[in-house]
Amino acid sequence: MENLFAFVIGGLYATALFMMLRRSIVKLVIGLMILSNAANLLILTAGGLVRGAPPLIPDHLERVTTTMADPLPQALILTAIVISFGVLAFAVVLIHRAYEVIGADDMNEMKSTDS
Amino acid sequence: MNIAIVLPIFIPMLAGALTLACWQWRNVQRWLSLLSGTGLLLAGIYLFIQVREQGILVAYMGDWAAPYGITLVADLLSAIMVLVTGIVGLSVAVYSLATMSQKHEAFGYYPLLHLMLAGVAGAFLTGDIFNLYVWFEIMLVASFGLMILGGERAQMEGAVKYVTLNLLSSALFLTAVGLLYGYAGTLNMADLAVKLGTGEQPGLVTVIAMLFMVAFGIKAAAFPLFFWLPASYHTPPVAISAVFAGLLTKVGVYALYRVFSLIFVQDISLTHHHILMGMGIFTMLTGVLGAAAQFEVRRILSFHIVSQIGYMLVGLALFTPLAIAGGVFYIFHHIIVKTNLFLISGIMYRYHGSYELSKLGGLYRATPWLALLFLIPAMSLAGIPPLSGFFAKYTVIKAGVLEGAWWMVGIALLVGLLTLYSMVKIWAEAFWKPLPEEAKPLRGGEDPNRYLLYLPVAVLAGMTLTIGLGAEWFVQLALDTADQLLTPSGYIDAVLGPIEARSRP
Repeated sequence: MENLFAFVIGGLYATALFMMLRRSIVKLVIGLMILSNAANLLILTAGGLVRGAPPLIPDHLERVTTTMADPLPQALILTAIVISFGVLAFAVVLIHRAYEVIGADDMNEMKSTDS
Repeated sequence: MNIAIVLPIFIPMLAGALTLACWQWRNVQRWLSLLSGTGLLLAGIYLFIQVREQGILVAYMGDWAAPYGITLVADLLSAIMVLVTGIVGLSVAVYSLATMSQKHEAFGYYPLLHLMLAGVAGAFLTGDIFNLYVWFEIMLVASFGLMILGGERAQMEGAVKYVTLNLLSSALFLTAVGLLYGYAGTLNMADLAVKLGTGEQPGLVTVIAMLFMVAFGIKAAAFPLFFWLPASYHTPPVAISAVFAGLLTKVGVYALYRVFSLIFVQDISLTHHHILMGMGIFTMLTGVLGAAAQFEVRRILSFHIVSQIGYMLVGLALFTPLAIAGGVFYIFHHIIVKTNLFLISGIMYRYHGSYELSKLGGLYRATPWLALLFLIPAMSLAGIPPLSGFFAKYTVIKAGVLEGAWWMVGIALLVGLLTLYSMVKIWAEAFWKPLPEEAKPLRGGEDPNRYLLYLPVAVLAGMTLTIGLGAEWFVQLALDTADQLLTPSGYIDAVLGPIEARSRP
């Protein structure tokens, strides 16, 4: 399972970077989207994959004795998803406005502020 | 829970919410903004005094003990940074009363500004590496909004680069946090310092350290990763440029100082002495060369942010008490000076309606006071004694000499000279040469808001002078800070409790 995830995550990172290096700003945003998802999957995998074992303590026990899923990576990812979703919404609006103002979706047309 | 730690985050956040609620009433927003700026400054002073008297302060949110709950920690470095944030926040709040147009204010300038300040203060105070990410994002989202306020073409172009690279850096940061959690099983910085200190697999730790270095390096605008900064910082309204220039990159530098003095100290000769050092040297050099090629005031100043970041990085890279002290001194001196220079460039703009040096001129004749006020931070940036920049550069360079880092010393001296060249260039072109034919003076000395414009500039210049003339006290403060940073056991004990009291289930 971990091996499969490792390949998937690696593929996502590669795809994301490839998309970000294109000249179109739409592809740039798609790349950012994939990148944040890849990072979330990576946290989940690095935290340890456990199938079907919620971190709940049975009624008659004081602490968990069986294997359990670590709740923290899930909490981290939940936070990260909320943040990246908000930021992504901003990025989409930004490229829409940029497209309206500049009249092009090509990064090569956006060099006037570079020095 | 210690209220002194929470206030610097709470005040600007409350102000952000209240100004948002008062969206329709512009005057209420302005007063709230002033009030919050003052409050943040007072909270910063209070926190600083508390930390100075009682040592490292810790607050556990919801009373969950250290490695599990969310922790806020204030050591001397955090307290200094929060105090300087207050200074910059208040100056910019005052200054923007005079410069922000109604259009900008109507689109939420004040809420964004204060939420950004809350994010900055939170990043300085958190003791948990995932929360550092969250505070970074709060700060970034607000800064994205500020960056495009007004929606001009240049702003859009700058913002696309700014947003992209900062999101990339956030993704790398998150990746590094995930790997670190997978390796150490904790995210509390003090706890990480304990766990990584005894860990196996030093190679993996170094890899994670490098990921953090790239992530923070992008945010701090360090050498190979700084191109977003000169492409974007000169595009928004000047008050926004000023607060960005002063604070935002320094949050990245602060994160590097925190992480590379507390957590990643396993392989100092590689991570600090080679990689950070190389990064620092090239940052200094490329920044100053970029500045030398520019002829627009805010672009010159933007490139100088980059070159000064280099000095802070080499301070960390040398990793001796004196060098770290020099770096810390450099950080607080630089925030004040750079904010001031951007604010002054805004006043220059109001005289002739341009930032281009070729269209400026004769300002010395028109406003000798402005010329003097420019000269103080400009010469301080270049490192002329007895101003604050001299002591900052002197401390870093002396530490380099003591360590025998001759390349760094040579480059740092050269960069100081080239900085002087850039500042003299602005002086000669904008203030000294006669006004060119084609430039039209817009408004002379009859600017109705000139007191609001000059007040923060004069106060910041006064602070530069104070830091320079009272350097002994400030260097001692920086040495104390360095001492705290180089003995992480104090930080760890403050957060986790003394070693014998630590019990782990």
